Amino acid sequence: MRNIKTNQSVVFTWSALALVAIVSIMTLRGALGIVHAANAEPSTGSTEVKIDNFAFTPGVITVKAGTQVTWINHDDIPHTVDSTEGKFKSAALDTEDKFQFRFTEPGEYPFFCRMHPKMTGKIIVQP
Amino acid sequence: MANKKDLIDQNLQDLNNDGVDRRGFLKCMAWAGTGLVWTLSGGIPVSRAFAKTTEKGGSKGSDFSFVQISDSHIGFNKPANPDVTATLQVAIDRINAMPHKPDFIIHTGDLSQLSKPSEFDTLDQALKGATAKQVYFVPGEHDMLSDNGEQYLQRYGKGTKGSGWYSFDQKGVHFVGLVNVVNLKAGGLGSLGHEQLEWLEDDLKAHSASTPIVMFAHIPLWTIYPDWGWGTDDSEQALSYVKRFGSVTVLNGHIHQVMQKVEGKLSFHTAMSTAFPQPAPGTAPSAGPMKVPAEQLQKVLGITDVNYLVSGKSLAIVDSPLDGSSASSKAAG
Repeated sequence: MRNIKTNQSVVFTWSALALVAIVSIMTLRGALGIVHAANAEPSTGSTEVKIDNFAFTPGVITVKAGTQVTWINHDDIPHTVDSTEGKFKSAALDTEDKFQFRFTEPGEYPFFCRMHPKMTGKIIVQP
Repeated sequence: MANKKDLIDQNLQDLNNDGVDRRGFLKCMAWAGTGLVWTLSGGIPVSRAFAKTTEKGGSKGSDFSFVQISDSHIGFNKPANPDVTATLQVAIDRINAMPHKPDFIIHTGDLSQLSKPSEFDTLDQALKGATAKQVYFVPGEHDMLSDNGEQYLQRYGKGTKGSGWYSFDQKGVHFVGLVNVVNLKAGGLGSLGHEQLEWLEDDLKAHSASTPIVMFAHIPLWTIYPDWGWGTDDSEQALSYVKRFGSVTVLNGHIHQVMQKVEGKLSFHTAMSTAFPQPAPGTAPSAGPMKVPAEQLQKVLGITDVNYLVSGKSLAIVDSPLDGSSASSKAAG
């Protein structure tokens, strides 16, 4: 009994440490200003990136291969969604206009607004 | 450096002689977005309140003058200004009502909101009503949205190089129109690009150092607020080519408010929009149309009048809000 209890305690301690580690990483990410949405469990099917106040939200998003991503512009100024590597390119999106792209191949897909290139984001596609 | 700067400030004070502390005034004016005059005289810029200069007949006896208008955003219809065509018309009416007729108009970009043919048509129609028939354009990022800017270049870029840059001469002043809104890099600011910079260096070589230079482009060619993209990545290189000239005036738009800076012989100036104001840098979550009470809109929209005197080799710049009020009354902000 004693031994089992000890083991449980050890297990608990390791879990706690793991939790602390995870929280630390998340805090570090927060401090670095990196936004990871649903990082642990990639979203599937479809997901949305909002454009508000000259920024993509979330800025970085992880999805499963085959996911369709929809960008929607909520600003009073048009924006675009351009793949940094030329893999996709939207027309100018006026207020409430949308752009959609389905990511079939795993990989990282950085993008930006070609009108306001300070606006950047990334789609991470997992198998 | 400090001594030299103090000396220039002293010169400014002496030449100014209007009781307005230049630094305090500029600080104040930067956000008032209304009127301010400054003159380049022998390479030394002088700032004056708008009312003072008009009193002294700033435009009287000038050898030629032109008007800068900017950021018309034809097609924009949001609450910040539901009728941008009407405010452009007011701007043109003000130009036509000037006691001296400007020789030409420079539009520093964002003619349209979405590069639509109908938007360009509306702008053209409005500008036809201006007494100054010659209009020089440079594109804003809103004008190059379709077909890599073909629509813009076909209409406004005849005879220009690359994505629409060019130069021309008027009564001894060399004007250069630059494009810094295409092929922008992710995470970057405005960009002129290698090809245009090479052209610029070559274009300026033909001119003597005593030739006054006026450079104009949409996005500021000086770094105003990089967080909002208010600057141009390779502007330093462009400015290095004009360092040898005795008088260089840089006119920009994009930020929808008056800001200016004097750096040696270089004078930088941004114009108001004819469509809607934008917040002062860092005072809002982001750039973008700023809603003001309807009765105040025409105080924050405006035009820029530039007068040139060959004899004094000087340029006088006056920003006038559309509502016709003088700048001095609003400089107290």
